[in-house]
Amino acid sequence: MTGYVWLIPVFPLIGFLINGLFGKRLSRKTIGVIASGAILFSFLLACVIFFQMNSSVELSEKGIRNVLFPWIHIGDFSVNFGYLFDRLSGSMTLMVAGVSFLIHVYSIGYMAEEEGYWRYFAYLNLFVFMMLTLVLADNLLLMFVGWEGVGLCSYLLIGFYYTTEVASDAGKKAFIVNRVGDFGFMLGMFFLFTLFGSLEFQHIREAVISAGLKPEHGMGLITLATVLLFLGATGKSAQIPLYVWLPDAMAGPTPVSALIHAATMVTSGVYMIVKLNYVFQLAPITMLTIAWIGGLTALFAATIGTVQNDIKKVLAYSTVSQLGYMFLALGVGAFIAGFFHILTHAFFKALLFLGSGSVIHAMHHAFHHAGIHDKDPQDIRNMGGLKKYMPKTYWTFLVATLAIAGFPPFAGFFSKDEILWKTFASSHRVLWAIGAFAAILTSFYMFRLVYLTFFGEFRGSKREEEALHESPSVMTFPLIALAVLSVIGGWIGFPHIFKLPNVLEQYLEPVIENTGGIHFLHNSALEWGLMDVSILCAIAGWLFARTLYAGKSDVPGKLAKTFSYFYSILLNKYYVDEIYFALIIRPVKKIGDFCWLFIDTIIIDGTVNLVAYLARCFGRIYSLYQNGAVKVYALTMLGGILVLFWIFF
Amino acid sequence: MFESSFLSLVTFFPLLAVFILLFFSSRAEKGIKVFGIIFSIIHFLISLKLLFDFDYSVYKLQFVEKSKWIASHFLNSQYFIGIDGISLFIILLTTFLMPIIFLSTYSGITKKVKSFYINMFLLEVGILGSLVALDLFLFYVFWEIMLIPMYFIIGVWGGERRIYAAIKFFIYTMAGSLLMLLGIMYMYRVAGTFDVFKLYGYHFSLKEQIYLFSVFAIAFAIKVPVFPFHTWLPDAHTEAPTAGSVILAGVLLKLGTYGFLRFAMPLFPDAMVKFAPYVIILAIVGIIYGALVAMVQKDIKKLVAYSSVSHLGYVMLGLFALTIYGMQGGMLQMINHGISTGALFLLVGIVYERKHTRLISEYGGIAKVMPLYATFFMIVTLSSIGLPLTNGFVGEFSILLGTFKSSWQHAWIYTAFAATGVILGAVYMLWMYQRVFFNTEPSEENKNLEDLKIREIAYLVPLVIMIFWIGIYPSFFFRRMEKSVDYYLRIFKSKQTVMLIDAGKGGIR
Repeated sequence: MTGYVWLIPVFPLIGFLINGLFGKRLSRKTIGVIASGAILFSFLLACVIFFQMNSSVELSEKGIRNVLFPWIHIGDFSVNFGYLFDRLSGSMTLMVAGVSFLIHVYSIGYMAEEEGYWRYFAYLNLFVFMMLTLVLADNLLLMFVGWEGVGLCSYLLIGFYYTTEVASDAGKKAFIVNRVGDFGFMLGMFFLFTLFGSLEFQHIREAVISAGLKPEHGMGLITLATVLLFLGATGKSAQIPLYVWLPDAMAGPTPVSALIHAATMVTSGVYMIVKLNYVFQLAPITMLTIAWIGGLTALFAATIGTVQNDIKKVLAYSTVSQLGYMFLALGVGAFIAGFFHILTHAFFKALLFLGSGSVIHAMHHAFHHAGIHDKDPQDIRNMGGLKKYMPKTYWTFLVATLAIAGFPPFAGFFSKDEILWKTFASSHRVLWAIGAFAAILTSFYMFRLVYLTFFGEFRGSKREEEALHESPSVMTFPLIALAVLSVIGGWIGFPHIFKLPNVLEQYLEPVIENTGGIHFLHNSALEWGLMDVSILCAIAGWLFARTLYAGKSDVPGKLAKTFSYFYSILLNKYYVDEIYFALIIRPVKKIGDFCWLFIDTIIIDGTVNLVAYLARCFGRIYSLYQNGAVKVYALTMLGGILVLFWIFF
Repeated sequence: MFESSFLSLVTFFPLLAVFILLFFSSRAEKGIKVFGIIFSIIHFLISLKLLFDFDYSVYKLQFVEKSKWIASHFLNSQYFIGIDGISLFIILLTTFLMPIIFLSTYSGITKKVKSFYINMFLLEVGILGSLVALDLFLFYVFWEIMLIPMYFIIGVWGGERRIYAAIKFFIYTMAGSLLMLLGIMYMYRVAGTFDVFKLYGYHFSLKEQIYLFSVFAIAFAIKVPVFPFHTWLPDAHTEAPTAGSVILAGVLLKLGTYGFLRFAMPLFPDAMVKFAPYVIILAIVGIIYGALVAMVQKDIKKLVAYSSVSHLGYVMLGLFALTIYGMQGGMLQMINHGISTGALFLLVGIVYERKHTRLISEYGGIAKVMPLYATFFMIVTLSSIGLPLTNGFVGEFSILLGTFKSSWQHAWIYTAFAATGVILGAVYMLWMYQRVFFNTEPSEENKNLEDLKIREIAYLVPLVIMIFWIGIYPSFFFRRMEKSVDYYLRIFKSKQTVMLIDAGKGGIR
């Protein structure tokens, strides 16, 4: 099957074409089956190829490469349509295809009553095609195809409810902010091509190794290239300063938020850097930048998450924050830890979003039943006590919360602890402290969400309460599957001090090329100690949330009043959107108006019309002579003759 | 039977249509329209032979015809025509767009149908002639022939301010080309020939070159249009009927960039190299400026017109980067722009026919009533903003890569500025798209807008196919341009090296 790597992304493409072209005429059931089936095929094929690769030493070292046809060939620049299935891209493919399949199945239930059902599944399939192209591309440019392609699908799906301005604004914002990042990505590619003469990953890797490049060589070009690529990553993976689109992206259907804006697409910036780890390590300045941006984003987004009242907004800021952890890991050189967090985060965050979708679904029905149209089904202030009505949703949501908060032995504990330890062990003490503090906040905002949503009394009317019910099994099955993964998913990366095999690290070891000479402290006692600190952080956050939100308490309200200044800053997300609007969007529009109304209309066109006007004036003046009086003509003629005489004689 | 004069056949074939049309009664509108469609399809099919028989293994002029034309002792001009990889695709683009345009005018043009078709066919002869002529005098004749039918198309079948737009277009372009005529005459007096390829070998002094390059460059810069010679374009585009806008954007503008590549640059390479940094800066200004102005337009058609200024800036940038990537990208971008912007004008024409307004604010939520239309519009929008796997990306990427790799100083800074166009492009196109198709439920009066008819789908589909073909398999096009670009690049490159060495010496001193 090694010649069929390309089929992995092509299955969803076929699904997209069928549903996109004929979806209007197909029944809902057929559409759902085609879309989910396409992803299932991809997943199964990926599994087969994955095992085949691992059973052969040669293949697992070099990866399986399928080159389909030449894409852009100009002079010495040549890029193919080629896919590369290796340890890293293979692992990522399994995650992407697996999670995508679960979310497709969930969508069948979630979207059952929506208009544009076929459009939804067509876009979703197209997304998976693009995402798998991004993951499996054997060169940076094809990765960029997937990179922009997933951006397009994100745009289309965020704006799925396109007749509302909120949704279409959010889609546009996502696209444009990502374009700013892509601008960096593109320039970064140009630098890399100039440096290494190719954009193929294998080629770049060999060039770096054979030239024996080291960070000491101090190449400004590599720093520039990597910073620009990182700019691309901050766009796609929602980091400071380009994270602003992700919270707005929640305007899309909830399964989309789970798939695109939590599990897969937003991690592609992290994935890209892991893939190019041997290049990034050559630029210590870039690495430091990545670590700090990641750390600060983790903290910054977590603080905002603590006060939001929209269930999806909390999760969105949580995603931004968790992505920050991943970049923190990359920045300190712990690439495998960063990748590990991609995987575990995909499980528990997808689960959280799907769980919130299940809640929103129920609330929506409740409001509908009670004939209420002006209440927001996503506002946690309208919920409460849902545990009773939605036990499966509750339990799975709780598992995911424990995972993200970092309670052992849930998945998030292992990956987050690994990141924090590696940060400390690479002697970034301040960043470790930031990360640990953000971990307290993480645990706090997640349990706040759990308490407000599932505990206490339902805060709506009786009539609403009557209609509350658990979601259908097509939706709860994916929840349970993801819950299992959120528990055991972390066991592939046990820390060394556990004296258990760290499967993931052993497996991905060959992917990482230590060109940067990065080394970590080894001190088991210290590692145990810090692990205890992480667990304490998780517990602290939980206890804090429990005190404030578990019972009926007016403390939160009082706190908000006492610190109303900080509270409103947090509630308004530090006014970053407003700042961007005032500093960038409005000025650019003003410049556009100035260019058009002043430069174009008055200066340039004014000059053009002035020339025309002058010509007409001259014409008028001369036409005065053409007045029909023969005397004047005769006189003019005489004058002319005299002038000629004067010239020639 | 036509083997030896096949290119002439392709060039003058539309004259046959003009001749036949003379026998149509002006009232037989339907007949004229159907005839136009069928005839242009036949013409396109015939012209495909140029593609099939084109030999791209080496650089050589093909389908060459050379015979005496005007032979007097003070003016000796030859009928010298032929094509190479530079002109091949623009010619095919022209014959490809004609049936599409005629399909679209089937409902768009309602008055003086017969003379409209005659003008369109005459215009096509002018365009094709300019593209195949390799004798400067012959080129100039075709170049001017183009103006007249275009003038009528805007002036007779245009919108409200059509007279103003038509005269502005005519005089603006004419002023540029008259200067060029002086240049051509001067060259003939000095070098004694109009033959372009002989003139490539003739060495004009640097001073002569500077003057000559200037007059040629102004003529072509107006046509492209390069900032700040662009203000005729928004007026002409907006006032012209859909068919006129499509042919104007699709092909006529390309004659400016084609003129740079075929004439201004290789004829006066020393001067060109001296001027190139300034042209590059103007091109980049055009990219950003065009995008900014497009962003604040209230009229969809004007927005598309200003986006042309931005896109053509890319083409100029690619050509003057003087690298293989840039030039190939620039040439491909000419075709891309013809397809994407042509398609945009057609799409704008479709709603204009239904609602008789082009104001963005009159629309909103249209995706709900015209889903098919919205889909086509989205695909073309994506192509226009250069999304990978569409044609626009391949062109823009190659141009930017070419600029980045060029040996001009600070090339990467040029590239960075030019690349902001990629962001701005997304801003103005998506913002417009949002306001037209999304945002609200469609208003009461827009609820009845009719989605695409079969005929409209029929002429949009070929354009969409081209968008993806070039986007996914551009090698087909690059291969056929490669040798020609190499040939021209060699002329430029030697001069650029000399200049850069000189500049280097200056730096040391």
